[in-house]
Amino acid sequence: MEIAGFREPDSLQPPYLFAPYGGTVRRAPLQRPIEVPATLSEVTGPAGDWERLMGSAADDLTVTGKGEPLGERIVVAGRVVDENGRAVGNTMIEIWQANAAGRYLHENDQHRAPLDPNFTGAGRAITDALGRYRFTTIKPGAYPWSNHANAWRPAHVHLSVFGPGFATRLVTQMYFPGDPLLDIDPIAGAVPKAARERLVARLDLSTTVAGFALGYRFDIVLRGRLATPMES
Amino acid sequence: MTESLSQTPSQTVGPFFALALPWAGGDTLVEQATEGERITLVGRVVDGDGAPVPDALIEIWQADAEGRYAGPADSHDGAGRDRHFRGFGRCATDGNGQFRFGTIKPGRVPGPGGVWQAPHIEVAVFARGLLKALFTRCYFPGEESNATDPVLAVVPEGRRATLIAIAEHGDDRSFRFDIVLQGRNETVFLVC
Repeated sequence: MEIAGFREPDSLQPPYLFAPYGGTVRRAPLQRPIEVPATLSEVTGPAGDWERLMGSAADDLTVTGKGEPLGERIVVAGRVVDENGRAVGNTMIEIWQANAAGRYLHENDQHRAPLDPNFTGAGRAITDALGRYRFTTIKPGAYPWSNHANAWRPAHVHLSVFGPGFATRLVTQMYFPGDPLLDIDPIAGAVPKAARERLVARLDLSTTVAGFALGYRFDIVLRGRLATPMES
Repeated sequence: MTESLSQTPSQTVGPFFALALPWAGGDTLVEQATEGERITLVGRVVDGDGAPVPDALIEIWQADAEGRYAGPADSHDGAGRDRHFRGFGRCATDGNGQFRFGTIKPGRVPGPGGVWQAPHIEVAVFARGLLKALFTRCYFPGEESNATDPVLAVVPEGRRATLIAIAEHGDDRSFRFDIVLQGRNETVFLVC
């Protein structure tokens, strides 16, 4: 069975080993991944069955508590497309983030900042036929971490996206425009400078809800397929 | 192909994904009516020091007992695939770096060049310290078809063993697939 493979992985993806991000040092494989042909196993993936798998979508993170969470309400919206510009519809996007004070609802987060009883920081949405998604949430705070002395992560939202196949799976982080911490962050900094701006959302007045929430636009581009099957 | 866009760069899943990603029952792919031979797939994720990785997320994707995928890109779709098997599982490692899935042994799937693939499970690894997901495959021990599998064939012979699970209790129902991120016996990771 001949199958159209994927386009080459982007050379501007971060490396596995990036010493300034200390967590990579003992976890990054030393050997390069081995290139193998794409088969049915890689071009298929879980799709179209999200609610049965994971429960219903929850794209408004500001309405899960008894009251409203503290912080600056924002809308994060965009499109999921592939490298060929084709919309990736009906795919699951999961997000998680710190609250406005820079604290995660996680037992291992020891940052001395308050939890918000009205904010879990977890959401999920399913893209429509045009690949569009939209979350309402709170702008996350920056927070310290132990990577190096006086290390702080820039404000960010974690995103997990499936796409059409197991090989299109992507986990990434979205940053905010104009954040001075971005240039000194070793996780964002692991991405070559020429590609780093792809991780920064754009303030977008057409996404903004007047009188209610500033809007940020963040489009996501997943691996795309080659037009014809590879010679095997 | 008229358009060419640049991929969104990958970033680490970080240490706090557990607040969002694992879901109840995510590690159990079977229900009562699922066809096929029930197996458990267990493993331990370790780093370059051999230390357990207690904050990894493992995802698996596999065909049903007849070698059909639940995804719409499988042309078998609608031609009798097992509606009671979703093929996808997700499990966060515990404090000892262990993960565990309840699933079935997958059937054989067509491969390139008209060669059928040996039974296998696709595995993705995410963790703090991994700036990109790692992809690998779990094969089964004692399968004659491993010798002709078109993906295993690309892997240097001396490293293939890292892709083949171990029968845990000498039986064919419980398999161990340990994942060594770095160093001696480093697991073979794959890119397509």
